[in-house]
Amino acid sequence: MTTSPTPSNEEQIAQPRDAAYWASQGSTFKVTNAPSGALNLNVEGRLALSPLQGFGQMWQKTYRVRLKGADIEPTEVIKQWKENFPKFWPRGNRFYVPLTGIAPGEVAVINMLIPGTLPVGLPLSTGVLVLYADDESFTLMTPQGHTFAGWITFSSYKEDDCTVAQAQVLLRSYDPIYEIAFRFGASKAEDSFWKRTLASLAAHFGIDAPVEVQRILVDPKVQWSEAKNVWHNSAIRTMLYQVTLPVRRVGRLFRATPEKKT
Amino acid sequence: MPQAKVVMDVRKVSPTASIIDIQGEVSAFAEDTLMEAYAEASTPTTHAIILNFSGLEYMNSSGIGLLVTLLIRVNRQKQHLMAYGLSDHYRRIFELTRLNEAIGIYESEADVLAAAPK
Repeated sequence: MTTSPTPSNEEQIAQPRDAAYWASQGSTFKVTNAPSGALNLNVEGRLALSPLQGFGQMWQKTYRVRLKGADIEPTEVIKQWKENFPKFWPRGNRFYVPLTGIAPGEVAVINMLIPGTLPVGLPLSTGVLVLYADDESFTLMTPQGHTFAGWITFSSYKEDDCTVAQAQVLLRSYDPIYEIAFRFGASKAEDSFWKRTLASLAAHFGIDAPVEVQRILVDPKVQWSEAKNVWHNSAIRTMLYQVTLPVRRVGRLFRATPEKKT
Repeated sequence: MPQAKVVMDVRKVSPTASIIDIQGEVSAFAEDTLMEAYAEASTPTTHAIILNFSGLEYMNSSGIGLLVTLLIRVNRQKQHLMAYGLSDHYRRIFELTRLNEAIGIYESEADVLAAAPK
């Protein structure tokens, strides 16, 4: 175990107050403690993505629910959201919370079935990096190969004396295959995924309220220079991994036999 | 929503370049202020929009998201988005979020003006 040097008073003063909320490592994903039972594929060593590195159109989607009637502060909403994050996801999808919880710089492994709203689908192993986390918001950043390049910011604030919970996604689909999927239904499935997530969050606080959705097309152009992203497509890689798993198991058996003899 | 704690002043330093001096906090609440500043800074002859972060006191991930949407707007007008005055901390945030790959970052106003497209 290593200890960090204690910053001097001058260094502490020189740091802006948001310094502790940002991930402190570089933009490469590193899984420190792979959770048992999780398929940790397409995460380790991958680069984190901003919406600028994606292929498809850039969208900003905002999902919002008013927790009217719940006597709860935004900080408590975010605290509960962080602590129970996987619980609010639609069934069939697994978000493996890091041991230290949702904190800046932590990496979470995700095993899901896309499109994400059905109990069946295409298996996808991916992850997210906690880019930023404070008491009223947190942001997850996607790795190479994820269905989209971008950020999801979860936040809570007061509006007209009512606490609002919000998820906002700023994204470009990662590659041409995902872009086609987004245009032919995956985008709606994604809307459904986050609507259900926010409805579950509201239900956690005893509220049954509609989830508002706002979609803004920030950039209608696709970035052909990023078409090469398809090489890292995590859905394809996960599928190939699953399909070839029996072959690799048999191969391992054969490789293990001579070792036993020696 | 809470009020934005930010002031943005626009300086048209040449027919082709405008500087937006940012003083305060860049978060989701700064959206209207930033877009109004951009509307003022952008003229038919403007090629470079320069953000001066010397007075930046706080920025969260929503603030970084705002810069992405501004970048897209600027690029659609065939202008360049550039920046200077970033502290080491915010320079690192630009690297972490890979905004530095799309927004030119310079040390000083003189440097950025020398590099700005004419």
